[in-house]
Amino acid sequence: MRHLGFVAGWVVKAFVVVLAITILNFFLIRMAPGDPAIVLAGEAGAADEQFMAQVRQDFGLDKPLPVQLAAYVGNVLTLDLGQSYRAQRPVVDMLFERLPATLLLTGTAYLFALIVGPLLGALAAMRSRTVFDSALMVVALFFYATPIFWVGLLLILVFSVNLGWLPPFGMQSLIPVSGTLNHVLDVARHLVLPALTLGLFYVAVYVRLTRASMLETASLDYVKTARAKGLPEWRVATAHILRTALLPIITFAGLQAGHLVGGAVVVETVFAWPGIGRLAFDALFQRDYNLLLGVFLLSALMVVFFNMLTDIFLRIADPRIGGNS
Amino acid sequence: MPKSLKVEGTIRYDGQNLVGLAPGLHRRIRGSRIGMVFQEPMAALNPVMKVGKQIEEVFRFHNVPGPYDDRIVALLASMGLPEPELLRHAYPFRLSGGQRQRVMIAMALALDPDLLIADEPTTALDVTTQKQILSLLKAAQDERHMAIMLITHDFGVVADVGDEVAVMQEGRIVERGSVREVLHNPQHDYTRTLLAAVPDLSPRPARAASAAPPLLTATDVTKTYKGRAGLFAPRREVQAVKGVSLKLARGETVGIVGESGSGKSTFARIVVRLLKADSGEVRLEGVPGNLLALDHRQLAPVRRRVQMVFQDPFASLNPRRTVFEIVAQGLLAHGVDRRTARKRVDELLDLVALDPSAAERYPNAFSGGQRQRIGIARALALEPDVIVADEPVSALDVSIQARVLELFASIQARLGIGLLFITHDLRVAAQICDHVAVMRNGAVVEEGESAQVLFDPAHEYTRLLIDSIPGLGKLPTKRAVAPAATDAPER
Repeated sequence: MRHLGFVAGWVVKAFVVVLAITILNFFLIRMAPGDPAIVLAGEAGAADEQFMAQVRQDFGLDKPLPVQLAAYVGNVLTLDLGQSYRAQRPVVDMLFERLPATLLLTGTAYLFALIVGPLLGALAAMRSRTVFDSALMVVALFFYATPIFWVGLLLILVFSVNLGWLPPFGMQSLIPVSGTLNHVLDVARHLVLPALTLGLFYVAVYVRLTRASMLETASLDYVKTARAKGLPEWRVATAHILRTALLPIITFAGLQAGHLVGGAVVVETVFAWPGIGRLAFDALFQRDYNLLLGVFLLSALMVVFFNMLTDIFLRIADPRIGGNS
Repeated sequence: MPKSLKVEGTIRYDGQNLVGLAPGLHRRIRGSRIGMVFQEPMAALNPVMKVGKQIEEVFRFHNVPGPYDDRIVALLASMGLPEPELLRHAYPFRLSGGQRQRVMIAMALALDPDLLIADEPTTALDVTTQKQILSLLKAAQDERHMAIMLITHDFGVVADVGDEVAVMQEGRIVERGSVREVLHNPQHDYTRTLLAAVPDLSPRPARAASAAPPLLTATDVTKTYKGRAGLFAPRREVQAVKGVSLKLARGETVGIVGESGSGKSTFARIVVRLLKADSGEVRLEGVPGNLLALDHRQLAPVRRRVQMVFQDPFASLNPRRTVFEIVAQGLLAHGVDRRTARKRVDELLDLVALDPSAAERYPNAFSGGQRQRIGIARALALEPDVIVADEPVSALDVSIQARVLELFASIQARLGIGLLFITHDLRVAAQICDHVAVMRNGAVVEEGESAQVLFDPAHEYTRLLIDSIPGLGKLPTKRAVAPAATDAPER
C-alpha cells in the first residue's frame, strides 16, 4: 500500500487546486462584456431597464461580486451548481444529460488513438529509415499540423458529400429507427467521422511520441546488455525497449484523458454532436454563467482526477518514481 | 550494431566464424558461451526490471530448464552480494555502482561462458570498489578456467590482471605481447607515450612556502542536503560536508581527494558559492568578512576572483556559443569593451596553447582535451586569484590528461594562482598537489603535504585508497621508460 499516502496527500492538493480554479473561472467569466440580462433582452427584441433589473435581481446578479462568489462557492461545496439562466433547469441535470454523448465520442477517439498510435509508432521505430517509416511520419505530421476543424470538414466532404457513406452531422438519424440494434448501429455510423477526426490528431501525436521514445530507448546501454545476454530480438523489443518507452506515452495518455470532457468543443461544433462541448459553446454566447462554470468545473475535475491516475500508473510502471518510501 | 558498420575478416570462436554468422546462431553463443560486461553499471541494467528477473532471462532464453530461483540466489551470493534472497527482488536503482557491476558480472557468468568480454568494467567505479571487482573477476576466472578479454584505458588495471596485452591506436593493434614485456620494454612509440603519461606516484617537493599568508581559508564548512518531505514521509537528510577546514596560499595547489559521495565536489561548489553552506566560514584575502555570508551585490566583485573549472568538458561549454563568446563572457559582463576583450581572448588562447583561430569556432569543433583548455581559458579570463578545479582531467584520456596537468602547473607558476584541485585519482594528486586533504563521508580524515599524506599515510582510509590504486608498484616509473619525445599536437 505504498501508494496510499500518495493518494491522501494528493486529494488534499486536488481540493485546493479545484477550489482555486473555481474562483478563477468565476472572475474570468465576468470579465467578458455583457451579462445574461442583456442577452435575454436582446433575444426578446426589446426590453426596458426595469425588465433587465428584474432579471438581474432574479438571478442574484445585482449583488456585489464577492457576495455572489461566496454564494457560488458555498453552493459548489454542497454539490449544487445552480440553475441555468436560460434553460431554467439545474446545471447538474444538463451536464449529466450531455455527458454520455461526449464520453462516447472522446472515449472512442481516445481508445482508437491509444491502440493505433503506439502500434504504428513501434512499427515505425523498428523499421526506422525505411519507406514505411518515412511515409508514416509524413502522414502523422499532416494530421498533427492540420487544424482539427479542417480535417473534420475534409472528412465530411469526402465520406458524406461525395461518397455518401456516412452521415455528416448529429448523433442519430432525424427519423428515429426502430429496434435497439438498429439504434446502436445508427449511432455508430454517426460516430465514425467525429471520432476519426478527433482520433487522428491524437494518433499522430502517439505515433511520433512512441517512435521517438523507442528509438531513444533502443540506443541505451541496457538494451545492448539484453542483446549481449543472447535474448531473441522480439524479447529485446518488448521487455526491454517498449516497456521503458511506454512511460512518456502513459504521461501523455493521462494528459489527454483529462481532456475527455472539455477537449471536443471544436469537433462537437463541426459535427453538431450534442455533447458537453457544444453546451459550453452555447452557454458562452448566452452568458449562461452557471452553466459555463459547471462545464469548467467538470473539466477541471476530470483533468485533476486523471492527473492523479496517471501519477499512480507511472509509479506502478516505473519503480524509480517515489521509491524512497 | 549499426547497419552502416561493415565488418570484414574473420572472428573464429571455437572453430566457427562469427562474422556473417546467422543472427539466430550468433544469439545462442552470446550470453551462454561469450559473456559481456559493460562500463556503466548505472546504465547497463534495465531500470524497470528486477535484478533477479534480469538474470533469469539468461537462463530462460538459453533454454535452461527451471526453476531458476536457487541458481539465481547462489549466483548472487557467489558475487559477494549481501542478502541475495532479498536483493534479487530489488530494482537496480536501489543498488550501489559496485553492486550493480556485480549483478552484471553475475549475469555474464550465469551460464559459465568460455570467454568473458569486459569493456572498461571498473572505469566508472571508485578505486576501492574497482579493486574488489577486479579480484572478483580474477577469482571467477580461476574457478571456471575462463578467458577474459578486458578492455581498458588504464595501464594500472592491465598490470594488475593482464597476462597478455594489445595496444590499439586509431583502429589498429600497434603492439602486443606479454604484459611484463610491453610494460617494461615497449617497442612502439605510442605505447611509450601512453606509459609516460601515467602520472608517477612519487613524492614531489612542496613548492609554496607555507609561511605565506593564506589566500583562502575555509573554517568548519558544513552542508546538509535535505530531501523533500512528503506529506506522510519524513524528510531525508544527508550530511554532505561536515566541518571541513582548509588553507590555500598563493601559488599553491591543494588537492582534495576522496571517493564518490565523500563531499569533495559539494565543498568545491560551496567555495565558489554555487551552493549555499549551512554554516562555516570562507575568507578570501582582501575581502572583509565571511565569503559565505556575502549577499549577491557584495558577491559580484568577488566572483571574478574565484573561478571554477568543471569535470565534463563536453557538458560545461554552451554548444551554441563561439569560443570567443564563452571565454569573453565574463570580461564583457564586467564592462570590458569588445576590442580589449578580443585581445585578451587571443592572449588567453595562446596561454592554454590553442590557436587564435579557435575563437571563431564552436565547442563541437574541439576534442575533449581542447575543450578543457577552453574551460581553463574561460576561468582565467578575469584574472582570478583562486581556481577551483573539480575533477578537471577525469574525463580525459591519459595522454591528454598529462598535457592538461602540465598546463595547470605552468599557468600557476606564471600567474601565482591558488589552485584547489578536486580529484579521485591519487596519481594525479601526487603529480600536481603541494598539499592534500583526504575526504570521506563529508569529513577530512587526513591532511598535510602530499609527500607525507601519500607516501606515509597516517590514516587507515588513506592507506586503503593507496593500496587500491591499480598496478601499484607494477608499473615502471618514468625514469625506467625513456619518455618518447613525440609532442605531436593532440587531435
